[in-house]
Amino acid sequence: MSMEFEIIFTAVMVATACALVGTFMMLRKITMLADAISHAVLPGIVLAFLLTGSRNVLPMLIGAGLLGLLTTWLTELLRNRGRVNEDAAMGTVFTFLFAVGVILISLFSRQVDLDQDCVLYGEIAYVPLDLETHLGLTLPRAFWQTGGVLLLVVAFVGLGYKELKLCAFDPAYAVSVGISTVVWHYALMSVVSLVTVSSFESVGAILVVALIVAPPATAFLLTDKLRWLLGIAVGIGGLSSVLGYYVAAYYNASIAGGITVVLGALFLIVFLFAPDNGLVIRWQKGRRTPQSVVAEPSR
Amino acid sequence: MMNELLDFILLREANTRYVVAGTVLLGLTAGMLGSFTVLRRRALLGDAIAHAVLPGVCLAFMFTGTKDPFILLVGALISGGLATFFMDVVQRNTKLPPDVVLALVLSVFFGIGIFLLTMIQQSGMAAQTGLDKFLFGQAASMMGRDVVLFGLIGGSVLFILFIFFNPLKLISFDPAFASSVGFHVFRYDALLTALLVAAITVGIQAVGVVLMAALLVTPAVAARYWTEDLRVMMWLAGAFGALSGWLGAFASYYIPGLPTGPCVVVATTFIFATSMFFAPERGVMARWLRHRQTGRRIMRENVLKTLYQLHEEVPEKQLFTLHDISEKRFFVPQELALCLRRLVKEGYVRQAERGYLFQQKGWEEAIRITRLHRLWEVYLAEHLAFPDDHVHADAEAMEHMITPELEEKLRQTLNHPLHDPHASPIPYNNSASTST
Repeated sequence: MSMEFEIIFTAVMVATACALVGTFMMLRKITMLADAISHAVLPGIVLAFLLTGSRNVLPMLIGAGLLGLLTTWLTELLRNRGRVNEDAAMGTVFTFLFAVGVILISLFSRQVDLDQDCVLYGEIAYVPLDLETHLGLTLPRAFWQTGGVLLLVVAFVGLGYKELKLCAFDPAYAVSVGISTVVWHYALMSVVSLVTVSSFESVGAILVVALIVAPPATAFLLTDKLRWLLGIAVGIGGLSSVLGYYVAAYYNASIAGGITVVLGALFLIVFLFAPDNGLVIRWQKGRRTPQSVVAEPSR
Repeated sequence: MMNELLDFILLREANTRYVVAGTVLLGLTAGMLGSFTVLRRRALLGDAIAHAVLPGVCLAFMFTGTKDPFILLVGALISGGLATFFMDVVQRNTKLPPDVVLALVLSVFFGIGIFLLTMIQQSGMAAQTGLDKFLFGQAASMMGRDVVLFGLIGGSVLFILFIFFNPLKLISFDPAFASSVGFHVFRYDALLTALLVAAITVGIQAVGVVLMAALLVTPAVAARYWTEDLRVMMWLAGAFGALSGWLGAFASYYIPGLPTGPCVVVATTFIFATSMFFAPERGVMARWLRHRQTGRRIMRENVLKTLYQLHEEVPEKQLFTLHDISEKRFFVPQELALCLRRLVKEGYVRQAERGYLFQQKGWEEAIRITRLHRLWEVYLAEHLAFPDDHVHADAEAMEHMITPELEEKLRQTLNHPLHDPHASPIPYNNSASTST
């Protein structure tokens, strides 16, 4: 396997997992929670480092996962007990947790092998250098990690498809047929935390958000059907990963940044030129309509 | 500690002076401006703008090759403005939910910024060091002219806030009403966003992207707990912001290696938590106390009414045991015991050897509550045509709510009835105590 392939393959796996959870988050209108969680997991990761003294993945995932849930829970708490608007509650919680994370990093910078750059850019370029052997196979560590997470996400979406769909489109009906929206909300949030954290290492904190939000948003401009939405979102995520790698390589820039540039470009193209709702089409229609109204009776 | 504290308070070192002045000014401006965005339910707009200025900063650097803060600021300003323009256009022309548009613009702009930043770093332009400042902020490196800049921008932001106070207040509280009376909500939203972009652009150099977002949200949310008045809230949020700026600057001064920005955020969150729990009226504690007080009053009224009913059944009986009370009406035993203890302490009843006796105060209260209960039953039966056997449950709830004015109205409307629908007498005479 070439290094190029290994990096792109990892990126595609991350993008697929992000696109799947991102679609449901968009439908549940909780996309900004991804931004909140991706910042708020920082202290969890740092504490896991400090407690175990290693870059072991499992404690890191657990620490960050717990922080992710804590963010969700605290936001709910501020909303219900503190009567704060949802967006303000989120803004208060995640900025605080992020600040704590940065303070921890600077206090224990000698013990913590984690710098601020890693938080921002991710280290997907180093994927091929870090190998790990399981089941007799020696593969990049990121393969095991993101592959495992991707399998879990696919299983979650596959098994809970009906419930997730109902919770997203018609929560009231979901409750009436005995589906606990609360349980599914927290289940989804747990998976989101997991995806965010496991992607964190490879693409960085904020770019996870781009991978979670941009593909479903682009897909939403093209279709309303959930199955298509998921499919197109995954396709866009994958395509951006591949193209993004080459863009980054060409300009000698961060791969995660390159992927985001492509994601943004794809959104812009669809936003302008989508067949039904594209800005250009609608603009032309808007200009043509009066004429066609005049023209039609003569037919 | 004392010496260092004094050094710090008296601003004996030039560097401290700049850092303190800078963070305090920033906190003040962000807090006041944040009051409007939080009420307008756009708390996270600041977060998005703060992330979105990065590509502008990088492009400005790439084109000019200098890291002159003023040129970078212009780049940031353009980039932030462009981001808010995009948000608006996408929002108007698609069915995407607002939070998706926000997250999209935030992450994509920031990603492009990272892309450009890494390009600059790889290209070996040695002067790139200053750009990192825009990500995490470096309050410690603040200089005299940064403070002057903060003062200028902060001052003009506040000046504009005061000039347009009334329209901004209107769109923050009730945008629907504002537009229905022919008000240009869009224009003032744009004004607010422009102020936000300006404040954020200068602020992120000191405290960084994420923490700038905190300064725009947390002090304002904290201030909201203390007041209903926007003007007061604004000043309070400004004061909270300034105080956190000062505390953060002190913490990073006192413990070397501690970054200023995050310390400011921790301080402001601490102020928020304190406000949330301890603010009078709106705080969690105050609401909990009020809730408990109402619960206690209802319990007291129910127990007294039960005592009155017992007395009514057997008029010669003056002394009521716990057993009598619980036979008549179900109470949770521990709660009943507690309530009776309070009734004794507050002088409603007297505890004798084998039971409880009415005191004058308790007797009057018992009569009042029984009367309200029965008046309401009459009202439901006569005026709202409730069946007689359905009125009791509703009256159980209403008796605790009826104000003296409403009681007077009821009495007049019903023409001072003597009996309720179950033929029990309605007691009017407060003074005819039987016990004491």
